[in-house]
Amino acid sequence: MDLTRLEINRRTALLTSAAIAANVINPMRAFAQETPRKGGVFNVHYAAEQRQLNPSLQASTGVYIIGGKIQENLVDLDANGQPVGVLAESWEATPDGKTVTFKLRQGITWHDGKPFTSADVEFTAMNMWKKILNYGSTLQLFLTAVETPDPHTAIFKYDRPMPLNLLLRALPDLGYVSARHLYESGDIRQNPTNLAPVGTGPFKFVKYERGQYIIADRNENYWRPNAPYLDRIVWKVITDRAAAAAQMEAGELHYAPFSSLTLSDLARLGKDKRFIVSTKGNEGNARTNTLEFNFRRKELSDIRVRRAIAHAINVPFFIENFLGDFAKLGTGPIPSTSTDFYPGPNTPQYPYDKAKAAALLDEAGFKAGRGGTRFSLRLLPAPWGEDISLWSTFIQQSLGEVGIPVEIVRNDGGGFLKQVYDEHAFDIATGWHQYRNDPAVSTTVWYRSGQPKGAPWTNQWGWEDKNVDKTIDDAATEVDPAKRKALYAQFVKEVNTELPVWMPIEQIFLTTITAKARNHSNTPRWGSASWHDLWLSA
Amino acid sequence: MRILNLAGRRLAASIPTLVLILIGVFLLLQFAPGDTVDAMMAQMGGGDAATARELRKFYGLDLSIPAQLGNYLWRLVRLDLGFSSIYGKPVASVILERLPPTILLMTASLSFAFFFGLVFGVIAARGVNRWPDTLISTLGLIFYATPSFWFGLMAIVVFSVYLQWLPPGGFEDIGAARTGIWRALDIASHLVLPTLTLGLIFLAIYLRIMRASMLEVLNLDYVRTARAKGLDETRVVTRHVLRNALLPMVTLIGLQAGTMLGGSVVVESVFSLPGLGRLAYESVVQRDLNTLLGIVFVSALLVITVNFIVDLIYARLDPRIMAEG
Repeated sequence: MDLTRLEINRRTALLTSAAIAANVINPMRAFAQETPRKGGVFNVHYAAEQRQLNPSLQASTGVYIIGGKIQENLVDLDANGQPVGVLAESWEATPDGKTVTFKLRQGITWHDGKPFTSADVEFTAMNMWKKILNYGSTLQLFLTAVETPDPHTAIFKYDRPMPLNLLLRALPDLGYVSARHLYESGDIRQNPTNLAPVGTGPFKFVKYERGQYIIADRNENYWRPNAPYLDRIVWKVITDRAAAAAQMEAGELHYAPFSSLTLSDLARLGKDKRFIVSTKGNEGNARTNTLEFNFRRKELSDIRVRRAIAHAINVPFFIENFLGDFAKLGTGPIPSTSTDFYPGPNTPQYPYDKAKAAALLDEAGFKAGRGGTRFSLRLLPAPWGEDISLWSTFIQQSLGEVGIPVEIVRNDGGGFLKQVYDEHAFDIATGWHQYRNDPAVSTTVWYRSGQPKGAPWTNQWGWEDKNVDKTIDDAATEVDPAKRKALYAQFVKEVNTELPVWMPIEQIFLTTITAKARNHSNTPRWGSASWHDLWLSA
Repeated sequence: MRILNLAGRRLAASIPTLVLILIGVFLLLQFAPGDTVDAMMAQMGGGDAATARELRKFYGLDLSIPAQLGNYLWRLVRLDLGFSSIYGKPVASVILERLPPTILLMTASLSFAFFFGLVFGVIAARGVNRWPDTLISTLGLIFYATPSFWFGLMAIVVFSVYLQWLPPGGFEDIGAARTGIWRALDIASHLVLPTLTLGLIFLAIYLRIMRASMLEVLNLDYVRTARAKGLDETRVVTRHVLRNALLPMVTLIGLQAGTMLGGSVVVESVFSLPGLGRLAYESVVQRDLNTLLGIVFVSALLVITVNFIVDLIYARLDPRIMAEG
C-alpha cells in the first residue's frame, strides 16, 4: 500500500518540477511595457475562515489576506526585503535602544473620514499589540509607553533595549494600526469592527457573508496617488481544495494564496498558460519542517539517539521525490531566505548515513533486540499540510529500517496542539516552524527554556540549555546589527549540536495566480500586502 | 384534533431522546483533545500562554465540565442556544442564516430523487428483466456506488469548466445584485449541480425500492382482479398499484431526511454552499461546542418534523393506518 502511495507522489512531484521549471520564464511576461489599467474585480480563494479580520488583533496569513488590504501597518517590506515606511514615514532609535521614534505620514484619513493620528498608534500598541496580538505580546513585553508629543509623532519607550532591526522586521506583521475612536469603549475582542474592519488601506470593507464571501471596494481617498487600480476584491470561501482548483480553471478565481491548492493541482495549473504557479512573493513566509523530540522519553534524551534518528532519514531523497521544487534542504531554524540572519550551511549537519545511525544507537546502548527492534516511538504529525503527512510516513519508514518502529497518531489542529504542547503526550512530533523575518519573533521560543506549559510552537520538549538561553537573551536585546547576526549564528550552531528540534527542510508557500495579474508577487510578503499597485490586464 | 394529539405524543416522546443526544454530543466532544482556544491558536499560527488563559476565560472554558453542561442545559430550557465562539454571535442567528441553503438543497434533492426514483422504478418494474429494467438498474447501481464528492467534482469539471453552462460553486452570484425572480433563477442555477450530486445516490435507492415494491404489489390478487375486469395496464398501475407501492418509499423519506443533512457536508464543501453541514463540520474542527449542540438540536427538530409529516402522509395513502393508530 505504501508503495502505491510512493509511486503516485513521485509522479506528482516530477510533473510538478517540470511545471515549475516552465514557470521560471513566466514572470518575464510581466516585464512587457503595458499601461496600468484601472478597474476590474479580483477574486481570491479564502480557504479557512477566521474568527476575525483585524490584523492588529490576530497575526496570521488568514487575517492578513483580507485585513491587510483594509488596514495598514507602520512599516512593510520592500522588494528586497528591507523595511519601507507605510503609515510611518521615518524612524530612529536612541543608541541605548530604549526609545524608538516614528514620524507618521500626514493627511491620512480612516475609511469613516476621521483623521489618522499618533493617538491611534498609541492606543493600538498599548491595548492590542501588547495585550492581545499573538507574538505581539512577546515582542512588546518591555514596551512601557508610547508618547505622542504631536499628532504625527509616536515615541515607543522600552524597559530593555529593543533592537531597531528586530522591531522593523517584526512590524510588517505585528504593526497593523486600528482606529482608536472605534475601539475605545467596550471589550476589544467583541467589538463588531473586528468583522467589519475600518482602516486606512487601499480597499474599504463592504460586506461579509459568513461561509460565502467578503467584499472590499476601492478607497477613493487613498493616500498613494493613482492607487489602487482594482475596483473590488472578492474573497470566496471555498473549503474544498479540489473545488477551488476547478473554480480557478473556470475563471471564477484569480488567486489562490499560500499553497491553498493540492500539490497535484498546483502541478497541473503550473503547466497551464493561463496561470502562474510560483514561490515568488512568499519569501517572507518561509517555514521549516520540524522533528520535535520529547526528552521525557529516556531514549530521546540521549543526544546520540537524536543524532542517529537524523542520520537515518534521507532528506534529499524525500525532497526530490515528494516535494520537488517546492522545498530545499534546510540547515537549521534560520532559513536561507533570511538574508539578514542566515548563518550559512556550515553549522553541524546530519547527512544520511544509515550505518552511522545504527552505530550511534548501538553505542547509546539500544541494541537491536528480537526482530531487529531497538525501541518504538509514537509520532504525532500536525494536520496543516500534505507535506507533513508525507514527511511523517517517510520518517516512519526510515526509522523502521534502523530498528525503531514508529506509530503515527493523527489529530486535527486543536487536538495536535493540546497533545504535543500541553499534555506532552508524544515521543516525536512533526509540523511547521514559521520563520517571521527575525529569529526573535517566533523562532527562538522553540528553544528558550521556561516556556509556559500549553503555549503552542514553543520549547515543550523538557529540554533546557543555559548556554542557548543566554545566547537567545543576549541576541534579543543586542542593538548592534552585526553583533546580533553573530549571536544568531552562534545560536544555530548550538541548537544544531544539541538537536532538541531538527529542522531539515525549508519551504516557501506557493502562489497560484492568473497570468493577467500585474505587479503581483513583488514583495516578500505579497499575499499579506496591501495590493495598492496590483492591476489586471485586459 | 387527532392530528394535534398525534403531534403532541410525538413531541413528548422525542424530548428525552433529544436531551440524551445533546448530553451525548457534549460529552463526546469533551473526549476530543483540545478545546476551541487550541483550535483558534492552531488557526492563528501561535500565541502565548497569557493570551490563551484570557481567551479560555472569555469563552467560559475555565469552568468544570459538569458546570459547563449544567449551564448549557439551563440555557436551553430558556430556549437560549448560547453564543458561538467562532462566529462571535448568538448560535440561533448563525444557524438561521445557514438554514435556507440546506433546506433548499435538501428539499430539492429529495424531491428530485423521489420523483425520478418513482418514475424509473415503475418503468423498470413494468419491463422487468427486459432492457429498460437492465439499463435502469445498472445506472442505479453506478450512481449508488459512486462517491458523491467525485460526482460533484466531475460535474464541475464538465458543466462549469469545459461547457461553462453552470456556475462551479457558491449560493448566488456576488457581483450582480439581482432581485425577485432573477435572484431566484440565479440561486436555482447554482443549485442544479449540488442537487443532482446529492440526489443521484438517493435516486438509486428509491428506484430500487420502488421497483421491488411495484413487483410485489403487481402480483397481488386484487391486481389480477383489476386486470380481469378489463382495465388497461396504465390504469391498473396508476390507480391500483402505485398507491400501495408508495408506502415503503415514504418510510424511506422519513429515515433519510437525517442522512441528507449529514450527506450534505460533502456536497456543501465541494460546491461552497453556506449550509448547515459545513457549519457542523467547522464547529467540530474548531471545537465550537455551542454551535455544534445548536445544530444537533435544530437537525433533530427537523428530523422529528419530517417524520411527523411522513406519518400524516401514511394516513392519507392508507386510511387503515390512522384508524388503527
